[in-house]
Amino acid sequence: MTEIILATHGLTKTFGALKVSNNISIDLRPGEIHALIGPNGAGKSTLIAQICGTLTPAAGRVELMGKDVTHLSARKRSLAGLGRTFQISALAMEDTVLQNTVLGALGATGNPWFSLRPALKNHALRGVAEQALHRVGLQDVMSTRTAELSHGQRRQLEVAVALTLNPKAFIMDEPMAGLGSEGSKQLTELLDELRVEAPILLVEHDMDAVFALANRISVLVYGKIIATGTVDEIRANREVKEAYLGDEA
Amino acid sequence: MIQETHFNVFILALLVAIPAWAIAVDEPFTVTLMTRAVIFAIAAVGLNIALGLGGLVSLGHAAFFGIGGYAMGILAFHQQTYAPIFEWPFVIEGTKSMPVIWLVAVVASSLAALVIGLLSLRTSGVYFIMITLAFGQMFFFYCIGWSAYGGEDGLSIYVRNGFPGLNTLDPIQFYAICFSILALVLWIVSALAKSSFGLALNAARQVPHRVETAGLNTKRIQLAAFVISGAITGLAGALFADLNRFVSPAMFSWQLSGEIIVFVVIGGVGRLFGPVVGALVFVALEHILGGLSEFWHIYLGLLLLLIVLFSHGGLIGMVCGRKAVHD
Repeated sequence: MTEIILATHGLTKTFGALKVSNNISIDLRPGEIHALIGPNGAGKSTLIAQICGTLTPAAGRVELMGKDVTHLSARKRSLAGLGRTFQISALAMEDTVLQNTVLGALGATGNPWFSLRPALKNHALRGVAEQALHRVGLQDVMSTRTAELSHGQRRQLEVAVALTLNPKAFIMDEPMAGLGSEGSKQLTELLDELRVEAPILLVEHDMDAVFALANRISVLVYGKIIATGTVDEIRANREVKEAYLGDEA
Repeated sequence: MIQETHFNVFILALLVAIPAWAIAVDEPFTVTLMTRAVIFAIAAVGLNIALGLGGLVSLGHAAFFGIGGYAMGILAFHQQTYAPIFEWPFVIEGTKSMPVIWLVAVVASSLAALVIGLLSLRTSGVYFIMITLAFGQMFFFYCIGWSAYGGEDGLSIYVRNGFPGLNTLDPIQFYAICFSILALVLWIVSALAKSSFGLALNAARQVPHRVETAGLNTKRIQLAAFVISGAITGLAGALFADLNRFVSPAMFSWQLSGEIIVFVVIGGVGRLFGPVVGALVFVALEHILGGLSEFWHIYLGLLLLLIVLFSHGGLIGMVCGRKAVHD
């Protein structure tokens, strides 16, 4: 049996009478991209929030590397190896690309306390940050203010910041959102390489990217996983077609 | 546009040149005015760590200013009355030594900032402003009722406290002490802003959830910033009390908290020399316009309005443009 990196067991969350997460059990195995798809309002973001620790589930567990992390804060989960990218870019817009990336590396690599040394002159931090920026192809805009980046570059920066944590698993919430076809293609290639280092739980609306990348797909509709399977299995699934894919499949 | 570092050097040069000129033409009052401006600048540089870097709008920084002031007042009062502060379980005497007073002021205001910060940082936005204001007012009213130390009338200290090797009663020598402290504080803050801590604090203001995702504890970073901020403002309070040789509950007033914010806003929020420029402009206006009309605050208000409406980043923003990114 392969080791499971990240798993949820019976995650349930209700907002009033609404069950936004209904007994959700999914897992993430080494080397895979597990795509989570579903119509708007299906509860994808709520599920991600519970996995990352910004929302507490009403019932169920989240396990990372076999350890129960359900009651850890988002911060502790990050340190435990959960690398996250945000649906809406969460970057310090006034700071440079490099500063944002160095910040990402601070928690894992550097100690921000008791040092008046400039952060950007810390070779360990800077090394990790620059390497991450090279991987996503942002090495030429390192000293640009983040606010001046294009939307696509910001999405790349999100990935670079997550990389600096050297995570055990990635959670990516719509990394392709708003990217042009060229941008999506680049990011698709990057994610393709990345899965070898750490598996990716990918929430994505871009079906081309999902079908090109995913080893497995889970379909979330009204808070329930209605199907999990390979790309071909999901494409062939009638229920999924009705609920979400429509003619695209 | 002038480069910000050039402008900062120009301001430092002014802080040296004006008192030097005043001594040359025998205008000791100008030196005293400049001392007042420099002390306000130190207080505001302190606030700027919380407000500018951390985005924590504290309307209670007079608490730290006042604690610094009373640290000086109480220690010097006991020295001049020859009555120890405590006799049991051990004897603590008063002192007239500035370095000791500064140390006590910094430690006391740090502790106060730690407690106030721990409680206030559970909230944010308007609630944070209100809670810090409430703490400031608690100190204010406590000191009004603290009859052992003059209550509402405050405490007069007859002779300025001493600094080894200097005659602190000479205005220019006392100015030199205050200016050196300002320079030291500016150096520390500039290093702090570029350090890992500064990077994290700056990001915590902009995107707190990102900082948490990086595995850093946002609240703890903000609390540390608040404590450093309070300590610096407390040190300024001790100097201010020594300048006037007088402390009173007015040092704790919320108007004073507001004025410290005004210094920062006039000069430029989050700019290293913003608080210095703000304090200089404020003291100059207070002196020039205050001589013309009792209602000079109207003009101050007008200036503040113009700056807030038409400049991004205060007077420094007007002169130097947007904040440069450093790498």
